[in-house]
Formats: sequence, structure tokens, C-alpha cells
Amino acid sequence: MESKRKEDYLLFLEHVTMRFGGLVAVDDFYNGVRPGELLGLIGPNGAGKTTVFNVITGIYTPTSGRVYFRGMDITGLKPHVITHLGISRTFQNIRLFYNLTVLENVLVAQHHSITNKDADKFLEKHGFEKKGFGSMWLGKAILKTPGYMKLEKDMLKEAEELLEKVELLEYKNELASSLPYGMQRKLEIARALATDPQLILLDEPAAGMNPQETEELMRFITRIRDEFNVTVLLIEHDMKVVMGICERIIVLDYGKIIAEGTASEVQSNPKVIEAYLGEWEHVS
Amino acid sequence: MERRLKTSTKVYLTLGLIALSILLLYVASKTLDTYAIRILRLIAVFGVMAVSYTFINGITGLFSLGHAGFVAIGAYTSALLTMSPMQKEMSYILEPLIWPLNVIQTDFFTATLAAGVMAALFAFLIGYPSLRLTGDYLAIATLGFSEIIRIMALNMQSVTNGALGLKGLPEYSNIWWTWGWLFITVVVITSLTYSSFGRALKAIRDDAIAAEAMGINVFKHQLMAFVISGFFAGVGGSLYAHLLTTIDPRPTTIGVMLTFYLLIMIVLGGLGSITGAIIGAALFAILSEWLRFVEGTMHIGKWTIHGIPGMRMVIFSLLFIITMLVWRRGIMGMEELTWDKLYNWILRLRPRRKEG
Repeated sequence: MESKRKEDYLLFLEHVTMRFGGLVAVDDFYNGVRPGELLGLIGPNGAGKTTVFNVITGIYTPTSGRVYFRGMDITGLKPHVITHLGISRTFQNIRLFYNLTVLENVLVAQHHSITNKDADKFLEKHGFEKKGFGSMWLGKAILKTPGYMKLEKDMLKEAEELLEKVELLEYKNELASSLPYGMQRKLEIARALATDPQLILLDEPAAGMNPQETEELMRFITRIRDEFNVTVLLIEHDMKVVMGICERIIVLDYGKIIAEGTASEVQSNPKVIEAYLGEWEHVS
Repeated sequence: MERRLKTSTKVYLTLGLIALSILLLYVASKTLDTYAIRILRLIAVFGVMAVSYTFINGITGLFSLGHAGFVAIGAYTSALLTMSPMQKEMSYILEPLIWPLNVIQTDFFTATLAAGVMAALFAFLIGYPSLRLTGDYLAIATLGFSEIIRIMALNMQSVTNGALGLKGLPEYSNIWWTWGWLFITVVVITSLTYSSFGRALKAIRDDAIAAEAMGINVFKHQLMAFVISGFFAGVGGSLYAHLLTTIDPRPTTIGVMLTFYLLIMIVLGGLGSITGAIIGAALFAILSEWLRFVEGTMHIGKWTIHGIPGMRMVIFSLLFIITMLVWRRGIMGMEELTWDKLYNWILRLRPRRKEG
């Protein structure tokens, strides 16, 4: 396992451990996401999958270990900075901006690109081009300067293009709360895509969906990966989804990585079968 | 199907409305008696305060109960700037006013700007530590801070003249200043609310964790909103002081009661709506005058009820509770009155008229 080189990975967690008091939620995680792949992170309940997400996105600072993204050490950066660097996420229980319209939900996700000076400095320090495309001097918004109006127009155009690609454009003026469940999931993914990420983290996207919706979602995830040129890391409980679309799977149990490989490799791994014992048969 | 007007049409309509408002205000100032004009001025002053309050409570979703503190800062700042040195010397009988405040005198506009800046500065100082709290804790902290400001005003004898307060301020807050500032407040707050910045604020209101995950620096945005709101609260305070012509550190004038009046206005009007805040302010200003009769002696049949001072506030409180229970969205909800909405409303009315 120690033969991994972090240069080969888009995101790499180097010996990451996350402790909460006496509980070790993530124990010496040493693995990562390769550029362009669709990686699945699975494991029984309480295995520490969501904690891994929260460590990557900066909600938690790991107790020990480092997180690298595009070669930059992003350990301990704030969530909004990490989003600007190019990691976006969805949540296990949908967290949309329910009092905003579908269009506004997507527009909000673009806002970081005009305000995130700290993150831009960080990018430039590491030799990357900064992403910000304009300063957000509030006076411009009040006086509605031509530059500001153009900025708003560009954002609107981009948001509508994105909504068209994910087939939500016809609902653009609906409140997010009025969408049916499956579409809310889709909108949440679209919103994550609107931050212009290189890596997108999906936390149980198929939770609460019926088989038909799940099927549709699987196609959707594969499609956005190709169309938006993003790398996908996916947590999922529904084995059909993980086995169906993930090219590589990491299995977590009690915070430890117990197996890694393709769907068939993981499925036949005795450690995985043991971890899922009893649960395995129920999943078709 | 929603129909939308052309942008240019809306611009003309808005310009027309502004011209009409100026004309109406001019006619009002010439024809109405001083009592009615006073209510008109009060509407605008409450409007400035309520719009700035809804920006923080309704749009950014921070439950702050410290607005009166900023109003107080603004009121004292501008009062100290507009009073003449001689007036100050006569008012401060217990302890003289400290230098340089005792020699400065500025015009009303400068004083109001200074009031706004001072209140914004305090908003920054108070917001920086307390915005780390959320929900009820933030409400308690801001309430505490506003009370601290009031107690300071009560005890800093050589600056605020303590419990004696400041009296005999020039009555600068005429119809033009008050409505002019209301116009500026609405333009600024609306522009910000409907900009990318405002969308970010609303996103924070709906779900702060998701907003953070979408790359919004939640703390910084909340602090900016708090400071902007503080600025206009200070402006409102300056106008209020020069409308009442006297300020003192009683809870009813610039203390916690004022915060609750403002809360009633924005909740009645619809939390998160700028139009609602103005409607709420107007209702409050008018009702609180009109309801004065309940505090006088009343004759119902053969019974005579002696007036109870403060009865108006009981009615307002009941109104507030009923709103919270059965009509939580208030008059406007989170909606605004726009030309498009009016247009669609008129379109809907028309066919019905043909049928009837």
C-alpha cells in the first residue's frame, strides 16, 4: 500500500486520522482519487465515509495527516476556500436553498468566484492561475456600473447553460422547495457543478430514490463526469449504483480501509463480505 | 403565464413614480396640517430603520435584537454634531461636554452621514465577536450589546449628558430629508439584495452550511451585512433624533422597546421583504397615532372606561402574536412589489371585468 505516489492523484489523503475524543472515525487513511476517475467509497453504517468527506472539504481539520489537492497541501483550509480551489460537494440529506429559485440556487454557487480573494492568493502561491473574474466592490452593485451588469449577465448566461445541460431549465423560476425529490437531488448536483469544480463529492446521491430514479441518476452521474470533465468521488449505500458505475472502489470499515479495487475484486474480498455480513444478501 | 414588462418600460414607470412621489409629497407639505405631516415624517424614519433591520433579520437571516443600539449611536452622534456650542454649554449642567465635541457644529447632512459611519463602526465592533453565535444566542448577545450602549449613554455624563438627555435639537427632519433618506436606503438595500452579494446572503439565511460549501465566506458576508444595516440604523437614528428634537436614554425612546417596535413592523410586513418593511413601518406609525383613543377615557353604553396608558402597546403585542400564530408570512411574505407583479395583477383583473 505504501507504494502509492501522491503525484499520481488529483486528491490524496496522506495518513489522515480523525479522532473525536476516544472514537477514531477515520484511521490512517492512505489513498486518493485519480484524475478523471469515478471512485466509490463504501462501507457499513458508521464506517467513517462522511467524515472523510468532511475532512476533504475542510469542515473538520484532521487530527493527523495531510490532504493534498492538485499537489497543494489543503489541510486545515476553510470550506469556502477549498470550494474555490475546485472541490465541490453534495450532502447526505439534501441542503438546497429552499427559498431561492432553481436559477438562484445555481447563481449562488458562482458567487465565490468574485469574492474569494484568500483562495485566489493561495492558488497563485502554488503557481496556478487564479479563478476570480472580477472584484465585488459593493458600490458597483449599488450604482449598477456597466462592468457589474456585464458580470451579472455572464453569470446568468452560464447558469442557464448549466441548467439546460442538466435538463432543469424549464423549472428555473420555481422555488427549490417545490421540486420533487429526485429533481432536488439533481439540482444539488447541478449547484455543485456550478462552482466550476475539478472534483465533485457526492454523499449518497441515491438515498431515498426508487429503482427507476436510481437508474436515471446513474446515467446522470456518468454523463456529467464526461460532459463537465470532473472527477467524481461517491459515497453510496446502494450497491447497485456503486457496482454499476464506479471504476474503483474503496471499502471502509471502522474508519480503516479494508479493501480496494474494481467492483468484482471488492465483491469477492472475504474482508468485505465479513464487514457486510447479513447486509450483503439483501442487496441485489 | 407570467408576463414581463420591458426593462425600459420599467425604468420609465419608476421615474414616473419618483416624480409622482415628489409631487405628492410637495402637495402634502403644503396642504396637510403639522400633525399629519409629522406622521408622514415618522413613516419615513421608521421606514429607514425597518428596511435596514429587515436586511439583517429577514434577508441575511440573523436574529439580531440590537438594532436600537445602532439607532441610539446614530441619534447621539448626529445630535452632538448639530447642536450649537452655546446650546451644549447650557444643556450640560452637571458636567461640561468634553472637547472637541463642545466646539464642533456641522450641518444636518454631514451629521447624519457621521451618525451612519459611527453606527457602522459599532456594528463592526459588536458583530465581529457576536456573529460567531447563531440563532437565539445571537439574539441574546445583540440584545445585551444594545442595552450596554443604552447604559453607557445613561452614564457617560460628559458625553451624552446622562439621564438628562439632549433637548432642543433643531427640527431638521422635515419631509424632504426623511423621505430622501428613505429613498436612498431603499435604493441601496434593494440593489444589494438583488445582486450576487444579496443572493449569497439569502443562501446563508436558508442554509449556512451549504452556503459555506458553495464557497461563500459566511462570516465575512454576515459581518458586511451587519455593518451596512448598522449604517442605515445610524442614519435612522439621526433622523429620529431631529424629529423628536430630544433624545434620552430611556428604553422606550432608543432602548429595547424600539427594537421590538421595529420587529413588529418587519414581521407584520413580511420578514425578508423590503416592501413589507415599509408597509409595516407605515402601518405602525399610523396605527400608533390612530390607536391613541384606546388610551383615553371611553364611554361604552353606560360604562365609562378610564384610559390605561400603554394600552396601544398591548394591542400591538396582540397583533404581533396573532401574526406569528396564524399568518406567519406577514403582508408580503418574502415577496416584493414589482412592476411585473402589478402588471400581471392588472392583466388578471381585466377579463373578469368583461364577464361582469
